[in-house]
Amino acid sequence: MYRYDEFDHDFVKARVAEFSDQVDRRLAGEITEDQFKPLRLMNGVYLQLHAYMLRVAVPYGTLNSRQLRMLGHIARKYDKGYGHFTTRQNIQYNWPALSDIPAILEDLASVEMHAIQTSGNCIRNVTADHFAGAAADEVADPRPYAEILRQWSSVHPEFSYLPRKFKIAVTGAERDRAAIQTHDIGLHLKKNDKGELGFAVYVGGGQGRTPMIGKKINDFLPEKDLLSYCTAILRVYNLHGRRDNKYKARIKILVHETGAEEFARQVETEFAALKDGELKLPDEDIRAIERYFAPPALTPRPEGDEAVRLARLDSRGFSEWLDQNVITHRHADYAGVTISLKGIGEAPGDASDSQMEAIADLAEKYAFDEIRVSHEQNLILPHVARADLKAVYDGLVEIELATANSNLITDIIACPGLDYCALANARSIIVAQNISKRFASLERQRDIGELKLKISGCINACGHHHVGHIGILGVEKKGAELYQVTLGGSGDENTSVGEIVGRGFGPDEITDAIETVVETYLRIRSDRSETFLDAYRRVGQAPFKEALYAGEAKAA
Amino acid sequence: MKILTANRLTDGEAVWFANDGTWAETLRNADVASDKEAEARLQALGDAAYANNEVVDVNLIDIDLVCGEIVPSRLRERIRAAGPTNRTDLGKQALPVDQAA
Ligand code: HEM
Ligand code: SF4
Repeated sequence: MYRYDEFDHDFVKARVAEFSDQVDRRLAGEITEDQFKPLRLMNGVYLQLHAYMLRVAVPYGTLNSRQLRMLGHIARKYDKGYGHFTTRQNIQYNWPALSDIPAILEDLASVEMHAIQTSGNCIRNVTADHFAGAAADEVADPRPYAEILRQWSSVHPEFSYLPRKFKIAVTGAERDRAAIQTHDIGLHLKKNDKGELGFAVYVGGGQGRTPMIGKKINDFLPEKDLLSYCTAILRVYNLHGRRDNKYKARIKILVHETGAEEFARQVETEFAALKDGELKLPDEDIRAIERYFAPPALTPRPEGDEAVRLARLDSRGFSEWLDQNVITHRHADYAGVTISLKGIGEAPGDASDSQMEAIADLAEKYAFDEIRVSHEQNLILPHVARADLKAVYDGLVEIELATANSNLITDIIACPGLDYCALANARSIIVAQNISKRFASLERQRDIGELKLKISGCINACGHHHVGHIGILGVEKKGAELYQVTLGGSGDENTSVGEIVGRGFGPDEITDAIETVVETYLRIRSDRSETFLDAYRRVGQAPFKEALYAGEAKAA
Repeated sequence: MKILTANRLTDGEAVWFANDGTWAETLRNADVASDKEAEARLQALGDAAYANNEVVDVNLIDIDLVCGEIVPSRLRERIRAAGPTNRTDLGKQALPVDQAA
């Protein structure tokens, strides 16, 4: 994985020193809150309901054991024993004291981590497919490009005060696991018919109060042009993006109002002027970064098949976990493992200090020291020999993280909502917990099949509800929580925005409503192979509406 | 009726302005304003504490008195006063009863 060079070390160290000084001056009363707030936000420090919150960047979701152990250490020493992994592949601490933040940042810097650009109107943490470098369906590892973008965008003088925040995602596979079409820029790494690497470029996707699907403005951008083309996009945005209205300031609004074709034309004009300049990436530079991401030496472990076969016979739990949480690796003796942070009735994405440490140990022992954070708020061990799967499973059982529910209805994304977030209108976590308990039976979950349920506590959509097969949005109505249900959203290569099905439900009704939706699907699906999303796309809202609201119409 | 709330600068702890003139960690003994004049007095105290760098995010919030106890009107403020509803081991709700008084 990427290792800091001297420049990176010095840069992060200097930033820690600078922000520590700013914190000291704030605590001493030498600077006011109005002066301090933009500074703390630039360093990932928010104020939530109960305390400050620190958002730590996990570039493209990749961690090594030492880093994860440090995240556990910070949770124990400075927080309340846990952290929250987010849909942007970051981690948030919910209770740090401002006075402790300099020490936390120093601890992070000691393992090459920081909280820079996790907030503010700049280019944020670049996210990537969490199975990057491991997935069987991948053309190439997208992370070297994410790293190139990270280096280019870090304290970029021209792009540090954009009209609004800016999020880039990269995938290297046809099957989009990074939701690229819901990002300001989405990059799909692929090969052309000459076998050269390049990107399909999507622009203007986003969620929030105005969900938009990214428009493809380039079908094949050669890899050497990555930075000049992204610079061209950002220049057009920086110049024409609206600064008069925060709600219209994202690039998605500009692309929408300008029209994708005209926008693409403006980008091309900028690009033409930049293309042969200093931003052009020399092949040797790309290959040099690529070497940092060289896959571990995967020695043949052919005994895996037999080991897995025997372990399956021995343990039903293992067998179920294998079916649900283990994916095909590009090397036949290996597998990719999803560690579900969605135990039945647990808060999605939360992990305790000791769980983080135990996972770090497992990764060190069995997974070449690599851990990923997925945008679905789970942790991933990307390279595990099939022969070691049982040992990993046993280790996860010990720390209660062996729930076999990846991609099932209890694998819920939920934002912090009103239990923590100062912007929230309604709680999300408790809704997730109640639904998780209702559908606790694995047999039932597996009968339902793939179903992505996503919950946000307000229209900012941090919980990705717009692209949930079933989405739940918390709103406040007459001082009470109300939950709107959307159906048919999807955040993959066929991205769609869910449609509101009808009037919302109170906190005591929402679990039943979700169950009604699911039962309706089970009733109407043509057979078991038709997923919820496929069935919805075939029949539309009508049967769901009918099931949810018919009684009402009659009563009225 | 209103009370004055904020977060303490140093550690972000949610605090309420109490009868005894301190910023208390629970709202039990918060200074209750029942008319515009009292509200203005509280607001002025809040502004001063903000200017003095004791607290941030200062707000007057609506409350009701239920059997003599202060209960914020909005769920948001009830959660601030108690802690996350999914983690009753954290926040004010986790304080030992005598300390919470
Ligand atoms: C608790 C502190 C948080 C605050 C104050 C906050 C604030 C916001 C705001 C204001 C937006 C809307 C931006 C726009 O539409 O222009 C937003 C969007 C978003 N946030 Fe958060 N958020 C918080 C936590 C989180 C968490 C915990 C996650 C991950 C689970 C997250 C991930 C996202 C994502 C994915 C979006 C939508 C994508 C987009 O930018 O269009 N945020 N957030
Ligand atoms: S969606 Fe709203 S409630 Fe949820 S974390 Fe984002 S800002 Fe907070």
